[in-house]
Amino acid sequence: MNAAREFATRLFAQPWHLWMGQTSTIVRMETRKNFFTRRGFWVYLLAFAPVAIIIIHALVDKGSNMKEDTEVLAVIFHFYYLRLAIFFGCMGIFTRLFRGEMIQRSLHYYLLAPIRREVLVVSKFLAGCISAMAIFGLAISSAFLLMYLHYGPRGLQYVFDGPGLGQLAAYLGIMALACVGYGSVFLAFSMVFRNPIVPGIVLLGWEAINPVLPPTMQKLSVIFYLRHLTPVDFRTEGLFALLAVVTDPVPAWAAVFGLLILALVVLTYSCLRVRSLEINYTTD
Amino acid sequence: MTTPANDRIIFDNVSKFYGDVLGVNRVTLSLPPGITSLVGPNGSGKTTLMNLMTGLVQPTRGHISVLGLTPESPAEFFRVVGYCTQFDSFPKSVTGYEFVYEALRLHGLSHSEAAQFTGEALHRVGLTEAAHRKIAGYSKGMRQKIRLAHAIAHHPTVLVLDEPLNGLDPMARAESLALFDSLGKQGLHVILSSHILEEVDRISDRVVLMTSGYVVAEGNIHAVRREVNEQPMQILIRCSQPAVLASRVFELDHAVEAKIHADGKGLLVRTRDVDQFYDLLNRIGSDGLVQIDAVAPADDDVNSIYQYLIGSDGGLA
Repeated sequence: MNAAREFATRLFAQPWHLWMGQTSTIVRMETRKNFFTRRGFWVYLLAFAPVAIIIIHALVDKGSNMKEDTEVLAVIFHFYYLRLAIFFGCMGIFTRLFRGEMIQRSLHYYLLAPIRREVLVVSKFLAGCISAMAIFGLAISSAFLLMYLHYGPRGLQYVFDGPGLGQLAAYLGIMALACVGYGSVFLAFSMVFRNPIVPGIVLLGWEAINPVLPPTMQKLSVIFYLRHLTPVDFRTEGLFALLAVVTDPVPAWAAVFGLLILALVVLTYSCLRVRSLEINYTTD
Repeated sequence: MTTPANDRIIFDNVSKFYGDVLGVNRVTLSLPPGITSLVGPNGSGKTTLMNLMTGLVQPTRGHISVLGLTPESPAEFFRVVGYCTQFDSFPKSVTGYEFVYEALRLHGLSHSEAAQFTGEALHRVGLTEAAHRKIAGYSKGMRQKIRLAHAIAHHPTVLVLDEPLNGLDPMARAESLALFDSLGKQGLHVILSSHILEEVDRISDRVVLMTSGYVVAEGNIHAVRREVNEQPMQILIRCSQPAVLASRVFELDHAVEAKIHADGKGLLVRTRDVDQFYDLLNRIGSDGLVQIDAVAPADDDVNSIYQYLIGSDGGLA
């Protein structure tokens, strides 16, 4: 009991106010870099490509029906956004946070500031999450609304009086969880590997074969938790069916909790790792 | 109360290896306040020593403390330490003002305090007019200055400067040296490395001579020179009759060489016993045989000491 009290006393004695201020400064600087860097332009292209396709679909394909389009949207979300765009988008955003600054030779400015390195990791992670969620959130919301708006009043009714908003909220929630999960993994990769793209590709393969892995190993994956949360069922065939199969269903709360635990573990590892991070630009 | 340990920068048997490559080996130093210059050729370990001091790299062996603090407590450590590195790189698309201002915000300063400190630092390095221009458009000298502003903006008591005179024009170099000199006189620790030995020599309180990762000599420049016994000391005597003086000098066993100055109004003497030589000079002066105008050591500067100890005058960095 005394130990718990002592722990609580020490916890409250920490300079939380300073850390919050430092976090807010870093988040401001990093999000500005993420949103406006020329090198990150491809993330916007990746996120908004389906929006362009849906606009063309709305203008050209007059004979479509809403039930079919709802399923198409679910397929786009699962196979394009979740397995491709968010994955690679997070790879681009989160690996840049540390490795990118190593390549740019500017990371030492952070390490020479009076800031705990763990605070730096968490702040950069938050900045990455905010950037990725904002870009993909806007893209997914746009794709969703455009898919239904071209149905006129019937589409609006589906969105605002029907299951539409619930589905959109679920998509955005899954997207946010994906950003947290993949973000934490890519942040760790960027501190461990000189070229995080190689382990990133291995991770992509791991995520793809997840349904055929033994149940315990399936849990060491981001997609394992997210597959259970998709709000709309869709039919797939062939290889796509293999990627979408749910072999070991878990309740939604367990999926969310599991993913957050996974992200927390990986982030904790990054915090430990950053303590021994050295600036040696010549070898990076 | 200030104890000796928290008034000094201490390296206690510090070694750093990059894999199999030696960075520095068995460095033990205790640096008091004032200006300390690190001198040595490329790859001698100067930058490694500075990076170790500021936690950018960690020692393989040994322990370092700066005024009793270590980089493991960055909040306290980097309030008192400012480091102007040699890396000529910056975050993308920032102005000089933003670069310094954002760093100060990380110190926990409010907007108005950070703005005030930024203005002061930019003024000190002479970049007020260019403050709101993008750093990408700065000249090399301006980039050097903005890094210096970044290092001094939070008023550190330990200032570590890796080649701070690189890229500066003679005027800016003189201003920077004057700034370091005044900071040293205020009781700050100023640790700097430079290859412009003559200028460093003028302001340094002590030198640390390095080669191949080892400290070969350390201390006050003149004391270090006296310790280099195997090299005769050179003394330049400005006088009216150098030939007469030369003949008297050769009466001494320890006189190695006497050379009349090119202008015919001085004598350059090399001697192994400087105290006896000064005794002789006093006698000659009091006899009135030769009128002595000035006496000055000619080789107790960093450059000469460096050449004696390391045996090279090229490739300094």
